[in-house]
Amino acid sequence: MIFLRSLAVVLLRKWYKTMDKLLEVKNLKISARSDEGKEIPIVKGVSFDIFKGQVVALIGESGSGKTTISLSSLAYTKPGLHFAGGEVLLNGEDVLSMAPLRQREIRGSNVAYLAQSAAATFNPAITIGEQVTESAVLHGILSQEEATKRAEELYRALELPDPDRIGHRYPHQVSGGQLQRLMAAMALCGRPDLMVLDEPTTALDVTTQIEVLKAFKKVIREENAAAIYVTHDLAVVAQIADYIVVLYSGEIMEQGPADQIINSPTHAYTRRLMDAVRPKPGAGQGVEVSGEHDRDIPAVEVSKMTAGYGGVVNGEPKVTILRDVNIKVKNGQVMGVIGESGCGKSTLARVMAGLLPQAKGDVKLEGDKLQGSLHDRSLEELQKVQFVFQMADTALNPKQLIGDIIGRPLEFYHGMKGSEKHRKVSEILDMVELPADFASRYPMELSGGQKQRINLARSLAASPEVMLCDEVTSALDSIVGANVIKLLTSLRDKTGVSFVFISHDLSTVASFADTIVVLYAGRVVEQGPTDEVLTPPFHPYTRLLISSVPELRLGWLEETMEKREMAVGISKGVEITSIGCPFYNRCPNAIEGTCNVKNAPIIELNNGHQISCHLKLTELNDVEESTNAALSASESNNVVSISSNWDKS
Amino acid sequence: MTENNTREEEVLAKLDTFDELPDAPPKRRIKLSWVGKIAVAVVVFWMIIIVIGPSIAPYHEMDMEGEDGFLDAYDNFYLGTDYLGRDTLSRIIFGARNTIGISILATLLAYCIGITLGIAAAVKGGWIDMCISRINDSILALPSIMLGLIAIAALGSSISILIGISAIIYATSVFRIARALGQDIMVQDYVEAAKARGEGLWWIIKSEVLPNAAMPLATDFGLRLVFVVLFISSLSFLGLGIQPPASDWGSMVRENLQGLTYGSYASIWPACAIATFTISINLIVDDISAKSGGSLAKKMV
Repeated sequence: MIFLRSLAVVLLRKWYKTMDKLLEVKNLKISARSDEGKEIPIVKGVSFDIFKGQVVALIGESGSGKTTISLSSLAYTKPGLHFAGGEVLLNGEDVLSMAPLRQREIRGSNVAYLAQSAAATFNPAITIGEQVTESAVLHGILSQEEATKRAEELYRALELPDPDRIGHRYPHQVSGGQLQRLMAAMALCGRPDLMVLDEPTTALDVTTQIEVLKAFKKVIREENAAAIYVTHDLAVVAQIADYIVVLYSGEIMEQGPADQIINSPTHAYTRRLMDAVRPKPGAGQGVEVSGEHDRDIPAVEVSKMTAGYGGVVNGEPKVTILRDVNIKVKNGQVMGVIGESGCGKSTLARVMAGLLPQAKGDVKLEGDKLQGSLHDRSLEELQKVQFVFQMADTALNPKQLIGDIIGRPLEFYHGMKGSEKHRKVSEILDMVELPADFASRYPMELSGGQKQRINLARSLAASPEVMLCDEVTSALDSIVGANVIKLLTSLRDKTGVSFVFISHDLSTVASFADTIVVLYAGRVVEQGPTDEVLTPPFHPYTRLLISSVPELRLGWLEETMEKREMAVGISKGVEITSIGCPFYNRCPNAIEGTCNVKNAPIIELNNGHQISCHLKLTELNDVEESTNAALSASESNNVVSISSNWDKS
Repeated sequence: MTENNTREEEVLAKLDTFDELPDAPPKRRIKLSWVGKIAVAVVVFWMIIIVIGPSIAPYHEMDMEGEDGFLDAYDNFYLGTDYLGRDTLSRIIFGARNTIGISILATLLAYCIGITLGIAAAVKGGWIDMCISRINDSILALPSIMLGLIAIAALGSSISILIGISAIIYATSVFRIARALGQDIMVQDYVEAAKARGEGLWWIIKSEVLPNAAMPLATDFGLRLVFVVLFISSLSFLGLGIQPPASDWGSMVRENLQGLTYGSYASIWPACAIATFTISINLIVDDISAKSGGSLAKKMV
C-alpha cells in the first residue's frame, strides 16, 4: 500500500515537472525591522512552485505568514516588512528585483489579487461594471467594449443573476456572496496568469461559502487560470486546491498534492490542523452533562417573544426581526443557536441581555419575569445575565488594563476592592488559562485568542447564571477556536453557568451544545436536544445547513451540489416574512398554497424535539430516506473518513 | 529524518503551551524625532520667558529709552527700537506673557466648554443634541473675526473679555470634534458592554469615552492653540485686542508696520516670535500624532 502510494507520488512529481512552471518561489525570506533596528524574520526560507492551471493552497494559522508569502508574487509587502532574500520567478523573471514600473505592469495584468472582504474592496460610489473592467482597460489589455463583453462572459461563468445588467448596479445592490464572486470577475477580467485569493470565503455563511466556492472552482477551470488560495480552513482547501503548502510561523511544514496531504499527511502539525476540522455535525458528538446543576426551573425562559427595531407601534415593532420565539435554557447547559446571518440570532441574545426591549412576550430568569429594558432591571438581575460580544477587539476598551477590565464587574457587582479584587482577578485569569501577570497588560498587547479569553473572563467575573456568547469563536482560527470551546466546556462543568452559544458554524455547536435552536428569518424552525436535532427527521432548513458544512475530503463539493436542497436553497438569501413559512422560497419540499400563506404548525417529537413545518412527519422521513439512499451509493466508495484516519495515527 | 522529527516535536510543543502569539509587542513610548525635540526646546524656551521674562528683560515694556524710533540694533537694544523708541526685545519678552498666556487660557476654556457640551450631546442625543448642535452651527456660521469685533465693540476690550470671546468662538469647533468622537465611541462594543453591565452614564463617560477621546483631542489642542494665538494677534492687529501700551506680539506687528518702509525690523521680530511658537507647537503635534500611543493621552487628561 505504502509502496503504491510512493509510486503514485513519484509519478505525479514527474508529471508536474513536464508542465509549465508559472511561479517559482525560491528560498523566500521576508523580515520586519523592530524599532531598535533588530531584524525579525517573518518568512524563513520558503520554496514552492506553481504550474499553469494549478490551484496552490497556502494554509496555516494566523501569523504563519501565508498572506505575506502570497503577496510576494506581486512583489509587494505590507508596510514595515521587506524582502530579505530569495527569488520569486514569474514566467522565469524575478519580480522582486524588477524595476518599479515593470512591477506595476505585472500587478493586475499578470497577477491579480482578491482581498478577503469584497465589501471593502469595491468602491460604493462607482458601478460594478466600471470597477470590474477598470484594471484591464487601465493596463491596455482590452478596450472598454472588449472588457465589458469579457466581464459579461465572466458574470455568466460565475452564475451571477442578470449578467447583462449586473454591471450597471452599485455594490450595495447585490448580496455579499454575489459581491465576492464579482471580485473574482474583477481579478479575471484582464486574463491574469495568476490569481491570489486571500481567504475569500472565510467571512461567509456556510451556504454562501458553497455558492462562492462552486463558482470559483468552475471559473478557474474554464479559464485555465492558476491561483494561490490562502486560507486556514482545510475543508475548503480540499474542495479547490490541487497542491497544498502547510505553513507554520513562516516555515513550510509539509507540501504535496492535495490528495496526499488530505489523505495521508506525514507531518504532525498537518494532522493537528485536520483534527481542528470538526467532523460533519451528527448525533453523539456533544459532551454528556453530569446533570448535577439541574434544577426544576429553567435558567432562562423566553416565551411568545416578538422583537425588532425602530420603535413599537400598536404592539408590533416597525421592523420585526424575531417572531413568536419560545425557548428554554436549563441550568448548567449549553443552548446552541444556529442560523445564517440575518436570521436574528444576535437580536435574540440582545433581548435576553436587555439591550433591546422586546415588543411582546416574556423573558424569565429562574422563573422571575425580567423587565425588557436594562434600566428597569435590578443589579442582581444584571449580574446574572452576562453578554459576551463577538469581537474581542472592539469589546475591550483599548485604554484599560486587563486588570481593570476584569476588576470592574467584581467592584461593580460584588463591591470588591484592593487586594481582594486583585486576588480574584488572578483567580479568574487562571480560570481562563492565562497567567496572572496579564493583569498589567493592555488589550493591544494580547493575541486574538487571548483577547477572547479576557472577553469571557470579564463576564465570568460577574459570576453570572447565564452567559450569552455571540459568535465568540467565529473570528478565531480553527485551533484557537477549538481551545476556546474547550475552555467553555470546562467552565460549564466547573461553575454550572448556562450558556446561550450563538454561531453560524453548525459543527462547533454540534460538538458543544446540549440543546440546539435553529433560527430562520426570526422564527424557531427546529429545536431540541442536540442528538435529536442532528438526526433525521430534519426541518428542511436544518438539512440545508447540515449539508452545507464542508467536509474534509476531495470531491465533496460536487457531490453536495447535486443534492436537491442545494439546487433550491443555495444562492437565495434570508427574507423575513410575516405570513407563511419564511423558508418557503428556498425549500425543496414547499407546498404552494399552504407554505406561503399559513404559519407552520409545530410537530412535537420525543424529548422535547420540535419541528415547525407543514410537512407531515412521515413526509419528512420520506425525504430523508430518498436522500440517504441516493447518497449512500456514492459515499460508500470514495469516502476517506478523517476521524478514523486520525485515530490510527 | 531524526532532524525532521525533532523539529516536528518543537512545533507541537510550542502549540501545546496555549500561547498563539510569540511575544506581546513592546510597550510603546513616545519618542520624538529630532525635529520634535527642537520644537519642544523652542516651546520650553518661551515658557521660561513667560515665567522669568520681566526680570531678565533689559528694559520695561513701556520705557521709551531709545534715542529714536525704528533704530537698528545698538548698545543694549539688541533688536533695535520700535516706533516710539521702546526696546523691541523687551517688548517681545513682556508680550510673551500676554500672547501665549491669554491663548493658553482661552484654549483651555474652549476645551472645557467644547468637550462638556460635545460629550453631553453625543451621549444624550435626541433633542438635547439637536439644540446644542444647532446653536453651535449658527455660531460656527459667523466669521470668527467679525464675531470677535462685534462682541468686543459691545462689551469693551479687557483681557477677561478677550479670553471669554476667543474661548466661545473656538469651543464651537472643539464641540464638533468632541461630539463626533463621542458618538463614535458610544457605539463601540465596550461601551455597550458597560451599559449591559448596568454602569451609570458618568462612569461610562469617565472610564470609557474620555480615555479614548483623549488622544485625538490632545492632538487637536495643539492646533487649536495656534489658531487662538493667531486670532488674538489679528484682533490686536486690528486694534481690538490687548490695548497699548501693554505689549503683545500681534499689536507689535501692527504698530511697527510703517517701519518697514524705513527698513526697520521692528515688526519682523514679533512676527518671528509668533511663527516660532506656532510652528513648534504644530511640529510637536505632528510628531505625537504620527507615533500616537496611549500613555501620553492619559497624562494629558
